[in-house]
Amino acid sequence: MLIDALLLQLGYNATLVAIGATLLGISAGVTGTFLFLRKRALVSDAISHATLPGVCIAFLLMASFGGDGRNLIGLLLGSAASASVGLWCLNWLTRNTRLAEDAAIGSVLSVFFGFGIVLLTVIQTLGVGRQAGLEGFLLGSTAGMLWADAMVIAVGGAVTLLLILLIRRPMTLVAFDPEYAAARGLPVSKIDMAMMGLVMAVTVVGLKIVGLILIVALLIIPAVTARFWTERSDYVVLLAGLAGGLSAYIGAAMSASAPNLPTGPIIVLVSFALFLFSLLFAPNRGVLAAVLRHFRFQRRVHLRQGLLALAQGQPIYEKLTLRLLRNGGLVRADGVATDKGKARAAKALRDERRWAVVRSDQAHEAAAALYDGLRQIESVLTQDQITEIDRQIGGPKEVLA
Amino acid sequence: MLDLASTNGQISQEQSLENSPLAIRGLTVSYGQKPAVFSVDMTVEPGKMTAIIGPNGAGKSTMLKAALGIVPPVSGQIQVFGKPLDAQRARIAYVPQRASVDWDFPTRVIDVVLMGLYRELGLLGRLRGDHKAKAMDCLDRVGMGDFATRQIGQLSGGQQQRVFLARALAQGADLYLLDEPFAGVDAATEKAIIGVLKSLREAGKTVVVVHHDLATVADYFDNVFLINTRKVAEGTVAEAFTAETLQAAYGGRLATAQVDQLALALG
Repeated sequence: MLIDALLLQLGYNATLVAIGATLLGISAGVTGTFLFLRKRALVSDAISHATLPGVCIAFLLMASFGGDGRNLIGLLLGSAASASVGLWCLNWLTRNTRLAEDAAIGSVLSVFFGFGIVLLTVIQTLGVGRQAGLEGFLLGSTAGMLWADAMVIAVGGAVTLLLILLIRRPMTLVAFDPEYAAARGLPVSKIDMAMMGLVMAVTVVGLKIVGLILIVALLIIPAVTARFWTERSDYVVLLAGLAGGLSAYIGAAMSASAPNLPTGPIIVLVSFALFLFSLLFAPNRGVLAAVLRHFRFQRRVHLRQGLLALAQGQPIYEKLTLRLLRNGGLVRADGVATDKGKARAAKALRDERRWAVVRSDQAHEAAAALYDGLRQIESVLTQDQITEIDRQIGGPKEVLA
Repeated sequence: MLDLASTNGQISQEQSLENSPLAIRGLTVSYGQKPAVFSVDMTVEPGKMTAIIGPNGAGKSTMLKAALGIVPPVSGQIQVFGKPLDAQRARIAYVPQRASVDWDFPTRVIDVVLMGLYRELGLLGRLRGDHKAKAMDCLDRVGMGDFATRQIGQLSGGQQQRVFLARALAQGADLYLLDEPFAGVDAATEKAIIGVLKSLREAGKTVVVVHHDLATVADYFDNVFLINTRKVAEGTVAEAFTAETLQAAYGGRLATAQVDQLALALG
């Protein structure tokens, strides 16, 4: 069943939803990355909650003029309008009052959402113009998705991606170093507004699929996931698009494969699964890598300290150190150094002196920066450089390991 | 090139405004109701190294930021090479304080320097080999060539500062404004930075530095601008960096012994 869904074999609606969701996931992941890099992730939550009053007002307007209250384009325009008002309020509060941005976000988010819920209740009691399904904007509803709805998402997502391609450099510059960007004459607040505008566009376009409460997850989780795998902002953007698209596609397929599985929340859970995997298993920034790194580091420290103690004829009391030395065949069971142990110890002591020279010499700065008391000096310097250092130190020409 | 150096600040107001790389008139900047910089005039001499000095909270960095349009002034005029600031952005390079950015940002050393080529690259221009070569050249000039592909978070404070300087060099500007480049850096970095700044001066560029270490002022700089919210003194080191002016700027914050010692060092 899931295989069928993944291969888009579950019928017209399911296919439409899967394609629409994937496009949304890609554009939300890419757009959200810039928000994440600018450290303003939560602003998207305020924007999305501020869409609700607009949806309701647009519905009321369209219904009262005798039209179809559920016209998607009309509803989305309404949501964009009220999200803009919310964003404006947020900016005004942060700029002109002493309120910090987090407090301003909390205020705007709750007030707009509260107002939206009131309007939603009023609409339901009024019973005007086929209001059923309006609450689908809260958590998304894909059951009755039409070709036109999918087109709105496709076009909206594509336009968003194009605009991001156009202003990605100024956005990155502003996110990394806003003061420098301002000094170069970049209109920092306009670039921020453009970024928020793009986030708003993605939010509005995504209302139909994931709904306004969960869209923040699609904007932020892919960026956080991608950050685990790379140290380059351009790669974070690409990987976030990939993670967003992938989770949306898999999520949509899963929800189509069984009855009564809500699309939006399932997409969010799939995206969380990718996040969790990255958190645990990412090579450098992952938790597992950090734990392993720590243990490996600890063993290297103990071994090194043990060797230096041997070289200087000091007693070793630490059990871990002794065990590591014994396992390496460097000391005998009674704690006396073997020949191999003596050679390694002499080499360790020699390397300490070599490092001391490297670290005091400006010419070796890049190498010295790698000094951690453990690294093999041969891994950062050439044999010629080491010979030169040995000449400075004096003493025996060669110490073999 | 006009030889302004020989006139030694005796140039008329109008002429200096025309030719000064950075001329500030009546600048007041305020956070809330309390002015951080009050009605300050400054005329930077071309082709020289000028230090902006003053006690903590005297408005040194604020003045620099206002001159660059980073913080909005309450009043005042800024002229860069005789024209309004916005017309001359391409000729100014700014080195902000190290603490102003998040060093865990996902970017490598070379990428930061490439940000200096922002204007050349434009919005959609492709990053070419010569761009990278230029960035590498700037990194070499600050002695950071070997660090190009390292993540910026792995650098020491002094190395981070040098990367910022390399980014400014990549702009190929005529006026360099640096905010506390020597704060909390190692001796190697200080030497590397001052070497680069002096070579810029030799190439006819103008350098303005917010500086906090009074002991090195006479060694490093040609001119001094002393500020404590208001301007205290401006001129060559001999004119403006004296026991009297320092006492006026720092008041009781600088021990008399310290002032005497500095005055002695200055001869």
